[in-house]
Amino acid sequence: MSVLVYAEFVDGRPKKSTLEAVFYAARVAEKLKTSAVALTIGPADASDLAALGQYGVARVLHAVDARLVQFQSRAYSRLISEAALKEAADVVVLLHNANGKALSGRVAVRLEAGLVSGAISLPDITSGFHLDKPVFSGKAFAKINISSAKKVISLNPNSLKPEAGSGSAEVVPFSIDLQESDFDAKLVSRESVTNGVVPLPEAELVVSAGRGLKGPENWGIIEQLAESLGATTACSRPVADTGWRPHHEHVGQTGVAIKPNLYIAIGISGAIQHLAGVNQSKTIVVINKDAEAPFFKAADYGVIGDAFEVVPRLTEAIRRFKNS
Amino acid sequence: MNILVCISKVPDTTTKISFTGNNSTFNESGVQFIINPYDEWYALVRAVEIRESLGGEVTVLNVGRAENEQIIRKALAIGADKAIRVDADPRDALYVARQIAEQAKVGNYDMIMLGKETIDYNGSVVGGMVAEMLNLPYISLASNLQVDGKTATLVRDVEGGKEVLQISMPFVTSAQKGMAEARIPNMRGIMMSKSKPLAIVPPVEVSGLSQVESFQLPPEKGHVKLVAPDNMDELVRLLHEEAKAI
Ligand SMILES: Cc1cc2nc3c(=O)[nH]c(=O)nc-3n(C[C@H](O)[C@H](O)[C@H](O)COP(=O)(O)OP(=O)(O)OC[C@H]3O[C@@H](n4cnc5c(N)ncnc54)[C@H](O)[C@@H]3O)c2cc1C
Ligand SMILES: Nc1ncnc2c1ncn2[C@@H]1O[C@H](COP(=O)(O)O)[C@@H](O)[C@H]1O
Repeated sequence: MSVLVYAEFVDGRPKKSTLEAVFYAARVAEKLKTSAVALTIGPADASDLAALGQYGVARVLHAVDARLVQFQSRAYSRLISEAALKEAADVVVLLHNANGKALSGRVAVRLEAGLVSGAISLPDITSGFHLDKPVFSGKAFAKINISSAKKVISLNPNSLKPEAGSGSAEVVPFSIDLQESDFDAKLVSRESVTNGVVPLPEAELVVSAGRGLKGPENWGIIEQLAESLGATTACSRPVADTGWRPHHEHVGQTGVAIKPNLYIAIGISGAIQHLAGVNQSKTIVVINKDAEAPFFKAADYGVIGDAFEVVPRLTEAIRRFKNS
Repeated sequence: MNILVCISKVPDTTTKISFTGNNSTFNESGVQFIINPYDEWYALVRAVEIRESLGGEVTVLNVGRAENEQIIRKALAIGADKAIRVDADPRDALYVARQIAEQAKVGNYDMIMLGKETIDYNGSVVGGMVAEMLNLPYISLASNLQVDGKTATLVRDVEGGKEVLQISMPFVTSAQKGMAEARIPNMRGIMMSKSKPLAIVPPVEVSGLSQVESFQLPPEKGHVKLVAPDNMDELVRLLHEEAKAI
């Protein structure tokens, strides 16, 4: 028995959430008194692969194939499933992110495994195999038991803080007999929409603004605040719907669900659909000129005031803090 | 173009969530149910748009009990041509996916469209399962879908970027914001929806591999700590020393 973790590399490097998944898998293995092994697909730096050992895996399987430079749900899920069989893995861990969502269902079907998607806890194995996950778009949590022998867990990013130890993983080449039919999607083009800023689902710091900003021409103060913190910008739904900001910034029940350490909401009233997607943030700061805005009830810190005055002051204060 | 759109029933987005039976059961009393927004606004509307421009047929499929007829009729009012209801409680994602796959096998669909995720279970997994069961390509989280003969071009959203992908039919896709604009059914659509065919079919047997044991509400937030608008250094201090957020 073992635990297999799909350690995703993007542009040849592990993502922050990849380290979370590896660390998580190693902790699951520890609970099950077994070991964890990682699988990486596509181009990856050998030293980065070995460094996964710091997060608790002794071995990293590495699948390289000229066709694997682009994500392919069929080829990737076959590799993960067959690695799980080869390693006699009873538990497979992936990330609940864009690629993970395309893979987890496929892998679960291939392995005839029960699946919990978007888990935020380690399994409780005192009786059964229980995992917590957010449901009702963050308005509640469910405890789910997986009763099958094989299990697939997709882990929500930002659910735990990986701790690097010492150790270096042995890197072992891995291949299976991939068919042309496993590569079914043809990549026409790829475009980045964030210009190097941490994408929203992975961001630890988020500065978000709503209709209270009055118009797209006023986003300068939001961007400056975000820049002073190294934060990612987000917005409420009407702001994206009216085209003031791009759609990928829309957070909430029908947008991106996020879980940062810090969420600063500016000129956002705090409608239930907005809160649903952001209320898992560790610390919430609300800046609103209306003391009755519902968002204050969900906030840790509040500033009642005009965003156009408060936000530049906050940016200045953060710059002073960073320089001190 | 023969399109299958999978729709699920979820509590209205304004629902205050609560549980009964010692936190074992979602409290449905007073709850309004709607079509899952991703299924309705994006998958269904895009399917209807494609049918309007290229011809063909849009079938909606729901795994659920008789009370779901209301949301199924709404989907027909928006423009689907016919509907299938698999008469069963949607026990878990694998169960639902198996039912969808069984229906898809006999329907000869060019495209199977789902929503990005259900806003109650937030799984985002049924689509991948269906694709695997049918051995079909799967393009998840698509924000744009264009059809050209038997080929489709989709935009798949990934963290911090977008991929433009080309794929041959048949395939499975899950739809999200950007793919279409929500439509409100008009009077004619509502009238016509009443006579459109709705087939009720029995489920296939599937053994469950996971069970929800209990629910929990998030811990209540303590009282908000107010900081004076002219004292942002204090807010920064609190965020650093107390919240350890920066
Ligand atoms: C099915 C459905 C799904 C939805 N999904 C989402 C979702 O995913 N995400 C989402 O965000 N919304 C969603 N909504 C919309 C939601 O109900 C609210 O309408 C929306 O969140 C409000 O956006 P807002 O807070 O920016 O605007 P408003 O509600 O208009 O609030 C603006 C706020 O700015 C404050 N303000 C004004 N001027 C200033 C100033 N100078 N300084 C400081 N504060 C100021 C006001 O006091 C007010 O509180 C959904 C709605 C529905 C029906
Ligand atoms: N009971 C159901 N009947 C039909 N389709 C469903 C059902 N449940 C989920 N789906 C489809 O699967 C998608 C993803 O669901 P989930 O994986 O649960 O987030 C939804 O957006 C629907 O398109």
